[in-house]
Amino acid sequence: MWNYSEKLKDHFYNPRNVGVIENPDGVGEVGSLACGDALKLMIKVDEQGRIVDAKFQTFGCGSAIASASALTEMIKGKTIEEAEKITNQDIADYLDGIPEEKMHCSVMGREALEAAIANYRGIVIKKKEEGEIVCQCFGVTDREIIRAIKENNLTTVEQVKNYTKAGGGCGSCHPQIEALIAQVQGESKEGIPEATFSPKRLTNLQKIKLIEEVLEKEIRPALKMDGGDIELNNQVFVALRGKCTACPSSGYTREKYIEGKLRELVSKDIVVVEVKS
Amino acid sequence: MREVYVDNNATTRVAPEVKEAMLPFFDELYGNPSSMHHFGGRVEKYLTQAREQVAEFLGAEPEEIVFTSGGTESDNAAIYGTLASYPEKRHIVTTKVEHNAVLHYCRYLKKNGYRITELSVDRLGRLNLDELQKSLTDETAIVSIMYANNETGVIFPIAEIGEIVKSRGIVFHTDAVQAVGKIPIDLSKLPVDFLSLSGHKLHAPKGVGVLYIRKGTRFSPLIIGGHQERGRRAGTENVPYIIGLGKACELAQLFMEEEQTRICHLRDQLENELLKRIPKSQVNGDRDNRLPNTLNISFESVEGESILLLLSKEGIAASSGSACTSGSLEPSHVLRAMGVPFNVIHGSVRFSLSRYNTEEDIAYIIEKLPPIISRLRELSPFWSQAS
Repeated sequence: MWNYSEKLKDHFYNPRNVGVIENPDGVGEVGSLACGDALKLMIKVDEQGRIVDAKFQTFGCGSAIASASALTEMIKGKTIEEAEKITNQDIADYLDGIPEEKMHCSVMGREALEAAIANYRGIVIKKKEEGEIVCQCFGVTDREIIRAIKENNLTTVEQVKNYTKAGGGCGSCHPQIEALIAQVQGESKEGIPEATFSPKRLTNLQKIKLIEEVLEKEIRPALKMDGGDIELNNQVFVALRGKCTACPSSGYTREKYIEGKLRELVSKDIVVVEVKS
Repeated sequence: MREVYVDNNATTRVAPEVKEAMLPFFDELYGNPSSMHHFGGRVEKYLTQAREQVAEFLGAEPEEIVFTSGGTESDNAAIYGTLASYPEKRHIVTTKVEHNAVLHYCRYLKKNGYRITELSVDRLGRLNLDELQKSLTDETAIVSIMYANNETGVIFPIAEIGEIVKSRGIVFHTDAVQAVGKIPIDLSKLPVDFLSLSGHKLHAPKGVGVLYIRKGTRFSPLIIGGHQERGRRAGTENVPYIIGLGKACELAQLFMEEEQTRICHLRDQLENELLKRIPKSQVNGDRDNRLPNTLNISFESVEGESILLLLSKEGIAASSGSACTSGSLEPSHVLRAMGVPFNVIHGSVRFSLSRYNTEEDIAYIIEKLPPIISRLRELSPFWSQAS
């Protein structure tokens, strides 16, 4: 079973803004039956260029439905210029994360939004003319793959598959995908000094893993050369969000609930420290 | 909430009688059957008894039964064991609709220089025996064809296939993981050299299975490192689980008639009611040659994972051939081989019943499923286009 977040489940069980807008100002249709998911997004835009209504129809799995529902909620009330900035990662974040294997659902949301905006502006995009099809099984172009690699800092064929579906069928395009990854990652390294390289936004789990890796591979060996060492201590820094921020019993929440749970389930010497930010 | 488990082709509940039979072998009778002392001796006779129970159930001789870790190992061992015994033969015949335990193993062998023929099936999932006949050559080492399909329940004519294969002097293996316990099998009459079965598909636990090897068949073991199972499968016997499998076979014999009558009737009832209540629905597979417990049904223009999640919310556990549930991005290879259109494959749901399902379970599914399909169709852009 997929490990879906509560928020994603909520958007799947109770999808927002399902249906059709009569005389929409923009329509974006992406995906196909053969691929197993498809999304039709309709938007209504007022004279100031603000999206006043958004509705969708979707054929797809739980995360496809939830991504479409989330997208409509995110764009309502935004101007076209604001909506345009939404990335697939923003959709995933809005849903408190999407399983890695299902990230292509968030990409489908971003693509539908783009198509709807282009349609609103009167631009006709013929997707397949925009690039060369790399993955024949799912009809994915090199442009789409390159974009997903850049936006999400993808480094493996497996990741490209999760985000775009490319390479998920017969697998014969894997060498081409590898070449595209090498090309994009090569470009991004050139000319960008190491210090200003900003990695993609990470989940806490990814951060912890990365911190451990950096400690292990980079920092510890250096310290050891000087006869020192390093280890992570037992303090966990948390920032409470939503209603908890103004709650008079947040101290209790921190100490009794969060600390208690972590001590029970992780390690009995964990100390939870709250930071206000 | 009511819980209805109708995913028995995936795995089954361990029968209480089976669990009961296994328990003494964890703490009282824990000896190694190979040991010389009385701890070993005490256990050995039960192991023999379990082997007899399995043999009796299949119409085989006890020495033809080799205990393994499950269906996948049995399938791999049958193919490997034959190829290793006939190194000069480099051709294998199988079908496009096999379980991955056979299909992926064959594709792995293909990378290592073997020639593989994958026989096709028609729209109802049936084989063309002429195609089989024509595929056989002097180079063919083994033919591996499943007894019944896990997704659709379609049963292949194993007796006829065996006749064809054996008349050419070729080794014949059948993966009977889904058939054993659901339809009667009598190996004393079937022209089969190897047969695989898996414990957890017939109310024994996961992690135990059998490879039947007909007396006189050439075989080289896949797992080496001990004399167990007459040198055909090394490793200390998984005694508690083997005892459980023996008991499960004995029970399966008792329930065989019920499979053909009560369970089959429940399945038919579910099928008829769903077809009647849900427009644009269709059964996948040959309805005349099917396991009595299996129903594979498609609902056009909706996606399988969504159906499963909404069913699961109502406490109903089933499975689907849609891409999102297959663990890969591609939908069911079985339904694709049958030429089922994509909008039908993605909306396929498999219900597989067992002796523990009741009339009430079926009524509950019949009540809960139609509104789920309507709801998803309201969401679907393809449904509004279609209607």
